[in-house]
Amino acid sequence: MAGVGSACLLVGLLTAVYAAGASLYGARTGNRAAVVSGRRAIYCMAGLMIAATVILQSAFLRSDFAYKLVAEGSSTDTPTFYKFTAMWATQSGSLLLWALLMSIFSSAVLFLTRRSLRQIAPWATAVLAVIAAFFLSLMVGWENPFATLANPPVEGAGLNPLLRHPAMMIHPPMLYTGYVGFSIPFAFAIGALIVRQTGADWIRATRKFALIAWTFLGTGIMLGALWSYSELGWGGYWAWDPVENASLMPWLVGTAFIHSIMVQEKRGMLKIWNVSLVIATFVLALLGTFLVRSGILDSIHAFGASTIGKQFLVFIGLVIAGSTALVVSRLDDLRSKARLDSLMSREAFFLLNNLVLVGLCVVIFWGTFFPLISEALSGTEASVGPPWFNRLTTPLALVLVALAAIGPVLPWRRASGRGMARAFRVPLAIAAATLVGLLLLTDAADSPPSLAMFCLVALVIAVVVQEVIRGATARRIVSGDPWPRALVGLVTRNRRRYGGYLVHAGIAVLFLGVAASSAFLDQRDVRVSPGDSFRAGGYDITYERATASLGSDTAGTGAPISFGAVLTARRGDKVETLRPKRNFYPSQDPATGAIGRFFEGEATSEVDVRWGLRRDLWAAIRPDIGELEPAIREANAKFGGSGDKVQTLVIAAIVERYRNQPPPANFRVIDSPLVSWIWIGGAIVLLGALIAIWPSPETRLRRVTSIYAARLGKELSRA
Amino acid sequence: MDPRRKRKLRLVVALSAAILLAGALIYTSFSASTQASTPSDLLANAEPGRSYELTGEVADGSVDKRGEQLRFEVRDREGKATIPVTYEGVVPDPFREGREVIVSGTLEKGTFVAERDSLITKCPSKFTTKDDKST
Repeated sequence: MAGVGSACLLVGLLTAVYAAGASLYGARTGNRAAVVSGRRAIYCMAGLMIAATVILQSAFLRSDFAYKLVAEGSSTDTPTFYKFTAMWATQSGSLLLWALLMSIFSSAVLFLTRRSLRQIAPWATAVLAVIAAFFLSLMVGWENPFATLANPPVEGAGLNPLLRHPAMMIHPPMLYTGYVGFSIPFAFAIGALIVRQTGADWIRATRKFALIAWTFLGTGIMLGALWSYSELGWGGYWAWDPVENASLMPWLVGTAFIHSIMVQEKRGMLKIWNVSLVIATFVLALLGTFLVRSGILDSIHAFGASTIGKQFLVFIGLVIAGSTALVVSRLDDLRSKARLDSLMSREAFFLLNNLVLVGLCVVIFWGTFFPLISEALSGTEASVGPPWFNRLTTPLALVLVALAAIGPVLPWRRASGRGMARAFRVPLAIAAATLVGLLLLTDAADSPPSLAMFCLVALVIAVVVQEVIRGATARRIVSGDPWPRALVGLVTRNRRRYGGYLVHAGIAVLFLGVAASSAFLDQRDVRVSPGDSFRAGGYDITYERATASLGSDTAGTGAPISFGAVLTARRGDKVETLRPKRNFYPSQDPATGAIGRFFEGEATSEVDVRWGLRRDLWAAIRPDIGELEPAIREANAKFGGSGDKVQTLVIAAIVERYRNQPPPANFRVIDSPLVSWIWIGGAIVLLGALIAIWPSPETRLRRVTSIYAARLGKELSRA
Repeated sequence: MDPRRKRKLRLVVALSAAILLAGALIYTSFSASTQASTPSDLLANAEPGRSYELTGEVADGSVDKRGEQLRFEVRDREGKATIPVTYEGVVPDPFREGREVIVSGTLEKGTFVAERDSLITKCPSKFTTKDDKST
């Protein structure tokens, strides 16, 4: 079957090349048959990619170690759920995932635009086909996911334990869907530039795809943060790691894009800016993939040195050079006649929000690539740490949240002083009340940036709530509906608008969590023995007893051994029990010995978190198994050649010994206020985005009536 | 104010904001950065008291845990130079002998004294160690 898989890729590459050729020929000569053929070739490529993925996934599911990828990334004892995810934990598997998503997205957009955008679509098809061909040629030429082993091992290496977390199942596909999704508006922008149709048509056709890509990318980033918080044993959700930054940058520029295209739709302005943004978003998405895959920057995500870094760099260079040349050659077509009427207008605030978002991206870009920049400038490799990022991004984030409060309620063109007063009287009062309340009742003043953020968050939420209430009241008066129906009707009639409001509220809630948890968390690292107590934040914590288990990991990660602890945390008269653990995975290194390999392999933290709306209590343990070492060494010597049953008994005895005579263990305990609101805010953003994406009844109606109109026209012309 | 002058003013304001940001970016990043050095770099020219980021592989057989303190040696990726490191704080999950690490601190009398919680381990490319050694 591996041969069939490789063939799918090769035929897929030829199909992509054909699609590009046919579309280009059709676009230049106006030959419709060639255009249709090119489009269908993309559908065909999607079919081939689905087939290739099914073949690879079934090899993973049945643990066919003749496949190199399966032998390296999976094993018979890897839980089924994680066998399925192992594909994108590998380099070539993730390339296949990219090609799969790319071909599906391209097919969807080309199907939806098959009757419109006759000029632009063939060029866009060619661009999409070229991007797909690039990824396919990487797989065909350098990184074939269907590479086979002449002597398949009996057992595979297994999935990296760190990746055994439910969020890791969906995090990479989400990110990739986001990256890939932005290639759609990019391709149509290029098409529009080539045929000099720089109006808002290409934007209307691909706006939804940009929103979908934005939603997926954002959700992917959130899931990555959640994984970091609940799986990596350090307790944070964001570390300004190069790969995290690489996913945030296209999201920021994409956010700017979905705001500023509204200005082009409504006022025909910012055309150059919009095509530049969509090009930058796509280039940053490519750069994100490149960073993960090239190992060029030191990162915890740098999955080893890669063979395809150079190819990526060349492709990115070509995309930048080609797009820039195209934009420059079309500058005359991109000039807009409309001018900014007033700084107090929605378009001016959109522009401002764009500048801040792009500024944030520039800051993050500079910091991420600083090691390379400093090496180029001063010859020594230096890097900037999280404090630098925090210092520069905090003020920009504050401005951004303030803009999110003001922008949506400003009218287009020009705001009147009376209108402004009417729109902001109540929200400003609420924000001021928040400020006074926080100053009087809490110690929020210890961190001025956080205090400012809390007030701005209150402002955003107040503005959104006020807008919704006003809209619903107006609708109630017009339609006479009761409140809930008026509200539902209001949202379904203006999905983009109220979806957008909800996204703003969600982002505000998210920043509430970030501001509170980053400034006011209490973190303690201690080394204690059973029976000892220590204080962490508002909690008195006692290390009650050690736990140790063999072959009974409850999280379903497939770890044979785990050591842990039972902690009781007292806060006032409330008592909670935490059971942090650490899982040990057998090492594949024979030098560690038959028994020792079970203790000296990979180990991952199984963090225990008491999630709460007011605060999270987070605990991780790092058991010190150094004291077991003499026993392990002895067991290696005595029972190294014994049968499985005896070895299992010996391991059980060592595990038992840890439970009965536990040595001191290291703990990290974090009392983190309001951190849950980050995830709640993320969920609200997702909900708002889904509302905005969902097709509105009007557009469906319009589509149906236009089809009827076309049919009627045909009938009439025939008659 | 006539519209043309207004536009010009806006342009000047926007440009100066951009220049200010760029200046802040360059200034703060160079002053806040720490240099990444390999053990051989550091042995050759380390100034006492200056903060460095040490990168390299954890030398085989060098990891020694004494209570809170972790001692290990960092070796050049290619080459033999090693530097002993003393470290306290959280040890990342993938920390192992032979893995690539980054740790910040200062060099004091031939020993690299690491800042608390500054240890970063690069993810292993493969779960197996066999492959890593052969390449």
